[in-house]
This record gives sequence, C-alpha cells and structure tokens, in this order.
Amino acid sequence: MKTIYSTFQEAVKDIKDHSTIMVGGFGLVGIPENLILALVESEVKHLTVISNNCGVDDWGLGLLLKNKQIDKMIGSYVGENKEFERQVLAGELEVELTPQGTLAERIRAGGAGIPAFYSPAGVGTPIAEGKEVRTFNGKDYLLQTGLKADFSLVRAEYGDHAGNLIYNKTARNFNPEIATAGEVTIAEVENLVDIGEMDPDRIHTPGIYVQGLVEGNQEKRIERLTIKKQA
Amino acid sequence: MAANLDKATVREKIAKRAEQEIESGYYVNLGIGMPTMVANYIQDDKQVVLQSENGLLGIGRSPYESEVDPDLINAGKETVTASKGAAYCSSAESFAMVRGEHLDLAILGGMEGAQNGDLANWMIPGKMIKGMGGAMDIVHGAKKVVIIMDHVNKHGDPKILKECRLPLTGQGVVDRIITDRAVIDVEPKGLVLVDVLEGWTVEEVVESTEAELVVSDRLLQQSN
Repeated sequence: MKTIYSTFQEAVKDIKDHSTIMVGGFGLVGIPENLILALVESEVKHLTVISNNCGVDDWGLGLLLKNKQIDKMIGSYVGENKEFERQVLAGELEVELTPQGTLAERIRAGGAGIPAFYSPAGVGTPIAEGKEVRTFNGKDYLLQTGLKADFSLVRAEYGDHAGNLIYNKTARNFNPEIATAGEVTIAEVENLVDIGEMDPDRIHTPGIYVQGLVEGNQEKRIERLTIKKQA
Repeated sequence: MAANLDKATVREKIAKRAEQEIESGYYVNLGIGMPTMVANYIQDDKQVVLQSENGLLGIGRSPYESEVDPDLINAGKETVTASKGAAYCSSAESFAMVRGEHLDLAILGGMEGAQNGDLANWMIPGKMIKGMGGAMDIVHGAKKVVIIMDHVNKHGDPKILKECRLPLTGQGVVDRIITDRAVIDVEPKGLVLVDVLEGWTVEEVVESTEAELVVSDRLLQQSN
C-alpha cells in the first residue's frame, strides 16, 4: 500500500531546498498543477527542475520561477515564458537545453539504470560542446547521460492504492518516464480508485515506481485554443 | 520577378508545394508554424498518418467547440482531435519512433540551409534562446527531411548559403529545400535545382541563392 496524502501541501513537505525535481507535462498539458501550487506555497528554494517546458508566466512551473525558487532548469523549450528570459539574461537562472527526444531518453535511461547512451541529436551543434562523439556504422553520435531526481512529480487520470497509474491522451507525454526516475515519485491523480478497479492490462505506470498519491481537481488551462467552426 | 504576394499567400504557396512531398501510406511529422499548415492541403485520396512528438500518432482536424479536450494537443500546443486509428504514447516512445527511422518524412521550417545539407533553425546569437524542442532529434530520424522557408530573408538576403552562419540544428541532415521560388535537392555533388515555382525564372533563383546551384537536366531542357 502506498502513502495517500490528504493534501497537496503534505505531499510535497519532504521536498527541501537544493532538491532536484522532475515534473511531468508538455506545455501545460499533463502537469501536476496542484503539486506545483503546493511547492510555491512551501517556499522551498534553490531547486533544480527537470521538465520539458517551464510553464507560462502565471501558471505551472512559471509560478515557481516567478517566486525565484528555481536555480537551474533542464528542458527543451522555454519560449512561452517571459520571466524565464529575464532571469536568464540577469544571470539568476542557469539553463541546460537538451533536445526533446534526448531529454525523454535521458530520463528513461535514468529510471532504467542506464548511466549513459549515444544519440545522434545535436552532433555538430552547440549542444555537442564537451560531449564525447563516437561513430557507429559511419554515423556520429553524442554521449548523453541518464537523469535522475530526488523527487518526481507526475499527473495521471487514474491511480489506485497500489500506485498504478493511467494517463489520458497527450497528458501522458513525459509522465511515465519521469515516474520511473525519481527517488521518490508523487502522483497527482484526478481519480483515486481502489485496488482491483484498474485493468492490469491497461496500466501505463506500474505501481512499483510510485511512492505516494494525492487526489484533486485540475484547472487544465489551454495554451492555444484552436477550434473548427461548426458548418 | 513574381508579383509582390502578401505573406499569407506566400505561405500557402509553399505549404501546397510541400504537400506534394507526401505520399499515400506515409507517416509524417510536421514542424510548428508553416509546416503545420501543410496538413490543410493533404489530398483526400492520400492515406497519411501525422505524428505529433508530444505523444500522438494520428493527428486529426481541429476540434469543434464541443469536442475540445484540454488533454489533447499537438506539439504546437494547439487543441486537436485524434484521427480514426490514432494511438497515444509517451514522449520517450514518440522519439523512439523518430530516432528509429520509422517516420517517412519530416517537414520543418528553416532560418538557413547550406549546400552540404546543414540546417539552422533554432537560435540567433544575442537573442533569447527559446530551445530546440524536438527539431534536433527529428532531423536525424525521418527517412526524408524537407525544409520549407522563404527563399530570402526580410532584407532580401539569401537564406540558402554556402555555409550556415547561425548555430546548427543538424549537420548534413536536409534532403530537400522548398521555398516560394524553388525546389532544391541536397545531393552528394551539391545543391540541385529541380523546380522553379510560378512567377520566377532559373536565373532569378540562381541570383537569389548564395550556394552553388546545379540546374537539373529536366529544367535545362524546359528552358531551351
């Protein structure tokens, strides 16, 4: 049985200053929005955050940024956030940009016990600086290291008391890999269900990776609402 | 020289030409911006599966207002629907599809292209770096990489160069460049001009390209 938290504040209380955290989501989709809000409230500082994006100015990881709680960000695209730009230019924030597929694989590797691997992405580009290049079958590859975190924060549609998780549509994104790479993984779930209610054949993240769960409702903000007019 | 077309018309012209690269049965990744527009012109008789690197194989049309699902977006973070026969996956699996060369075609935007197939499309030194997103992975994964962009920049300077000046997205990764003026293939012997778009001549294209262009035999025959 896993720890079931009754509040989001309680779920993040062990996250201390200087922790490295991984946070699921692509844009604002699939982010553990209530866990992030609880982190903002906790005032924990000097975080290293590993996440594909860094939210927007007033939502998601952008809130942690605005509150100056992040020292270093590892991600692939941070263009939706003006405060991010300001802090980088002011030297207040360190950033490590990693190609998106490489980032996903670094996290997967971290969670799967693989310390490093070779990827072709970025050969001959600025991100190759200082990285080992090795040629396989006539093609060059960069050595990339696996990533782990002290805490992984993920969002799922369903979770059960055994820690099993099911994600919804493209809210899956980085969440399954991130769930595997945290020393402690905390899942924010839309629906917490009893053991046995989830079909074992439909589970995306087996419960072994998850230490704690907390249930709550999300706002699910939309960044670019694009609709087709009814004919 | 082509009449001064407005920006939207030029983008539409490039997107329509790029659509011709897509064959029925293809799995295709379309980049953010103008490449995404290509989807609007895919012929009805083509069976095409569009991949979105955030974990959707089978992008459908935009949703009606009643269908909007905040958990369902494309890589440009726009709300979408899933097509019939679509599949969702994680980001790592999505890029395994990419890196494992399972995609037939990727169409991406470009800032600069070079005669050796180098591509620069993600950063301008001195300006804020937003990040490369998935572009560096995608240029190494798709079986064919097509770049679509304006032939010259807003100052009228060539964007197809002997060597890229901007930091690269990928080295020697481009197979074909499509602009508002021309279709150019990257081959071991260099850049080959294979088509000139309506309103432009071979001479005008050569003049507005910094890189050396070899004019294809077919075009030479046409102009004789």
